[in-house]
Amino acid sequence: MAATLPPPRLLPSGDSAITVEFSRNIDDAANRRVLALDRALAAEPIAGITETVPTYRSLLVHYDPVQIGFDKLGEKILALAQLPVPATTKTRRWRIPVVYGGEHGIDLEDVAKTLNTTPEEIVARHVAGDYRVAMIGFTPGWSYLSGLADSLHMPRRQNPRLLTPAGTISIGGVQTGVQCLAGPSGWHLLGRTAVRTYQLHRDPIFLLEPGDNVTFTPVDAKTFAEQDRAAEAGEFIAEQITS
Amino acid sequence: MSKLVIASIGPASSVQDGGRPGAQRYGLVPSGAMDRLALAAANTLVGNEPFTAVVEVGPFGAKFTARGAAVRVALTGAPRNADIAGRAVAPDTSATIADGETLTLGFARGGAFSYLAIEGGISGEPMFGSLAVNARAGLGSPYPRPLQAGDELPAKAASSAAERRIELPAATDAPIRIVWGPQDDEFTDETKKLFVDSEWKISATSDRMGYRLEGPTLKHLHGHNIVSDGTVNGSLQVPGNGQPIVLMPDRGTSGGYPKIATVISADLGRLAQIPAGHAFRFRAVSMAEAQAEARKFAELLRTLPDRLRAIESVDLNIDALHDANVAGHAVSAVDAGTWHAVSMADIAGPD
Repeated sequence: MAATLPPPRLLPSGDSAITVEFSRNIDDAANRRVLALDRALAAEPIAGITETVPTYRSLLVHYDPVQIGFDKLGEKILALAQLPVPATTKTRRWRIPVVYGGEHGIDLEDVAKTLNTTPEEIVARHVAGDYRVAMIGFTPGWSYLSGLADSLHMPRRQNPRLLTPAGTISIGGVQTGVQCLAGPSGWHLLGRTAVRTYQLHRDPIFLLEPGDNVTFTPVDAKTFAEQDRAAEAGEFIAEQITS
Repeated sequence: MSKLVIASIGPASSVQDGGRPGAQRYGLVPSGAMDRLALAAANTLVGNEPFTAVVEVGPFGAKFTARGAAVRVALTGAPRNADIAGRAVAPDTSATIADGETLTLGFARGGAFSYLAIEGGISGEPMFGSLAVNARAGLGSPYPRPLQAGDELPAKAASSAAERRIELPAATDAPIRIVWGPQDDEFTDETKKLFVDSEWKISATSDRMGYRLEGPTLKHLHGHNIVSDGTVNGSLQVPGNGQPIVLMPDRGTSGGYPKIATVISADLGRLAQIPAGHAFRFRAVSMAEAQAEARKFAELLRTLPDRLRAIESVDLNIDALHDANVAGHAVSAVDAGTWHAVSMADIAGPD
């Protein structure tokens, strides 16, 4: 058996969930271990686990305390979590079209000013990125991506906005994100995509999975409007590239 | 097809059931009833499976009219004045609304949410196996939003089953039990002590997403931003202002504030029913105790049918009504302050 990895921390989240914490920070290696543990639990389910929720740095494991107790489940998870992270066999890759700036990305100019560069350069840096879905959370389809260039890192807004549009593509801290539904956000809005990461009455309802790879492609406002109509009718718009 | 027509209803009222777990990894929260025991009890009274969809009625009043045929219902949860065309309906009982009659519910007294189960359930189109309303996600059936006057709930015609009552464990004011974590190490022992030694009140700005608590300020050790991680029902997160928020069934699936503690699952419904402004306390328990309570709670839900009783005599009804303080104008002085305006609105007339 291969050398084991350092154990995660097992933190109680009440009597029916365990937070399996690999790091306190946003940390790519930790996120890979989160996703590996998630896959391991999907491949070999432990009786009593009802649902798992990957995040940047921890895996939240919901379970039924009638079927299994904290200590016993903790032991089983610890054993699995210390196994070497297997190389992922296949990763899905998505290309997501984005209309940057103007009314669709109202913070692009300000972001460029803050980072002492031009809006065109900000778009170029954002498009150059190769991202991974580190987690999906907060509201349906809100996909948090890791892999944002250092040159785009900036603190979140002092005052979060109460309402930002559906399909917003934004940056905040060391992250970028694809927001599906309209809602509050403290991030900087760079653009919008017609892609619905969550859409009822479409198969699949959720487009992205934690662990998927994502790149962005700029489109003009006219293309965005066309794509938006097509997406409303149930088209994916996001292009899947097999790798 | 018979139906219940909503003649009037207050805010924070929606169709809820056992919820839709399983898609939190995509950011979709399960939603579902705030008080699962009351949900299961209401359904048990009318012979439904325990987590069937019901109307979760918020703190304000509501009126439901049966159309097409008689409709059999049951009412549990927050105590409130209730009558069908002037005939009082006791808490935790079933009752039948004849075709054309109206069930009138008053304001909640000493609780927040009541549960109106309909025999045969509510017809709708389940999404992820649930009819529960989650307005943000566009989910819920027959209406993907809180209920409004004029809405219609398709229902089965009432069976001839005898009306019943259900004997639930006595209500208690005991402290709400918590287990520490997942981020109690973001707080000093003194702050943790302050948390369990203080009285708390639920703020009026609370809803199905979260209950804001008013009390002493809880200071963070390392600031209030953590890297977002997963949440559960009952997560006690402490934002920058140091006033905790208990996350409820419509919470976000992840959050970036430290969570000092988590309400045990057996006490979540009890917490949900604490009215705004009412003082209460927390008590920390061990994981072993919390899980023993969770198993007891599961057993209570499983054995609810054993707690059904026949409604045999008029005496019994009168006792129940007296207990519930709903017998006509015999409203106690203690309750009169909060009660008077409500009952006036309530008895404005059967429509």
